[in-house]
Amino acid sequence: MEKYSGKSVYKGVALGRVMVLAKTDDSVKRTRVADPEAEFARFEAACDTAKEQLQKLYEKAVAEVGEASAAIFEVHQMMLEDEDYIESVQGIITGEGVNAEYAVAVTSDNFSEIFASMDDDYMKARAADVKDISNRLVRILSGTDTGTGMTDEPVIIVADDLTPSETVQMDKDKILAFVTIHGSTNSHTAILARMMNIPAIIGAPFELESIENNCMAIVDGIKGEVIFDPDEKAVQEAKTKIAKEEEKHKLLLELKGKETKTKSGKEIKLYANIGNVSDLAYVLENDAGGIGLMRSEFLYLGREDFPTEEEQFQAYKKVLQTMAGKKVIIRTLDIGADKKADYFNLGEEDNPALGYRAIRICLTQTEIFKTQLRALLRASNYGNLSIMYPMIISVEEVKKIYEIVNEVKQELDEKKIPYKDVEQGIMIETPASVMISDELAKYVDFFSVGTNDLTQYTLAIDRQNEKLDAFYNPHHEAILRMLRIAADNAHKEGKWIGICGELGADPELTETFAEMGIDELSVSPSMVLPLRKIIRDIP
Amino acid sequence: MKSFNYVIKDEVGIHARPASELVKEAKKYASVITIAKGDKSAAATKLMAVMSLGVKCGEEITVTVEGEDEETAFYGIKTFMETTM
Repeated sequence: MEKYSGKSVYKGVALGRVMVLAKTDDSVKRTRVADPEAEFARFEAACDTAKEQLQKLYEKAVAEVGEASAAIFEVHQMMLEDEDYIESVQGIITGEGVNAEYAVAVTSDNFSEIFASMDDDYMKARAADVKDISNRLVRILSGTDTGTGMTDEPVIIVADDLTPSETVQMDKDKILAFVTIHGSTNSHTAILARMMNIPAIIGAPFELESIENNCMAIVDGIKGEVIFDPDEKAVQEAKTKIAKEEEKHKLLLELKGKETKTKSGKEIKLYANIGNVSDLAYVLENDAGGIGLMRSEFLYLGREDFPTEEEQFQAYKKVLQTMAGKKVIIRTLDIGADKKADYFNLGEEDNPALGYRAIRICLTQTEIFKTQLRALLRASNYGNLSIMYPMIISVEEVKKIYEIVNEVKQELDEKKIPYKDVEQGIMIETPASVMISDELAKYVDFFSVGTNDLTQYTLAIDRQNEKLDAFYNPHHEAILRMLRIAADNAHKEGKWIGICGELGADPELTETFAEMGIDELSVSPSMVLPLRKIIRDIP
Repeated sequence: MKSFNYVIKDEVGIHARPASELVKEAKKYASVITIAKGDKSAAATKLMAVMSLGVKCGEEITVTVEGEDEETAFYGIKTFMETTM
């Protein structure tokens, strides 16, 4: 039995088997083989296994994210059938009389170098595909393949840290809990865990290599610890806790369908944050009054090319239809900083959080923005849509956005494509936007405060840097004052203001927000019912 | 031997996906199908070679078809390109 403490991001308890997501060591040794022909046959068998794995991944991705995003796995399968690639591997095995792993590694380097040296950024990025298929082959050949596909039994994911594109590929029904060695409480793993109502321990100090795949583990989000290979007593304790949590959850479920009003009758709208169409199930299950923040990045991440207008339209339409007339606020593309996709060719930046991201990309590469706006406006016919723009720092930006929106509307008019008038609001997430919120409020329909970025920019603390967690005070007086300024300025112009950052879900501040006059809180679906309980108890 | 020139209209050029569709099409025929851009050329059945030509939208390629079914292959590939690329 081994116990480690870390930061907990969701107070639940899970008991189950571990799946270690290892960053595999792909260094390969060169060894001589006696029978090159048998070695090549071994390579061919590995190719077949790899193709089977990719076929399964392809089918899973088609079902979950659609054909277009899944196509990359089909391309990978075809790369494994590439004659030049196979000939190169065969040549090295028979010519030098060496092992297949080495032949694959050398071939991988040569082929990926061809792509890496091309003058086209998209093609440069294809070097990663060559490496990806080659690493898959090496893992299969050397027997270190842990089976990247998920098992049928739900598991506890144990990893160094998880990237957004990794979490996009996961089957959410099969995850009991997350345990990561790195990452801060604002990391993507943490956000995902809150969304899914599952326990997660972040920053647990152990060596990933020391954890065995498939061993039993307890993740205790209440105590903030993870226990590998627990003894009988610990298992019993965990089971009791899980039963208690379920009991508590049942009590909360009784609040479904009830109003979100304080005792004195003030209503605060409780909406949910979602990051994907599949999250809608959590929204309905937890009885949120609407969607206060739909991050549209899921459409752009984990794929190899821009999503088409039609793909986007279908996704937005599905969300609006499912929410059946309840408010749905969709935030336009907020890519950049820690959320990257190769095909955007954003390049490296010294200071990505202060860099080329979100609305700055949209106002520069207006075609990307227009495609999204067209899809949004077309979808507006199917429900109650509001559009929200991220990272605003000036009135000029808002004016420029409106110009582009009007151009798109004109194009739609010309083609006689209908759309509804939608509310347009902005994220308040830069100190600049707070300082000029009196001006901004004249131009927009609503504010929604993104407290994660606002805190990071105000306190000058990088939210991805776990070393700074000790300095990070989410309740900092500066942030609370900013909220108050923005709220007062919104109300002076008769506009409404919400909070969609993690701070909005902080039960210790709910009463303060009510007193400030915050009109809406948009939180992880799992926090909707607990907050409803708190709001109903406010005098 | 038959050949034709074609200007790529697909705005992404011959990216991974179109390239893999092209390879699938080319593998249907017995003829040797070659794609050339400038002084570089690639067999249309070889995915990575086709991709590494780096053909972009608006660029012209020369496609040559040679073999026993070159008549069918010629029209097959030509139609395929005209409808998808």
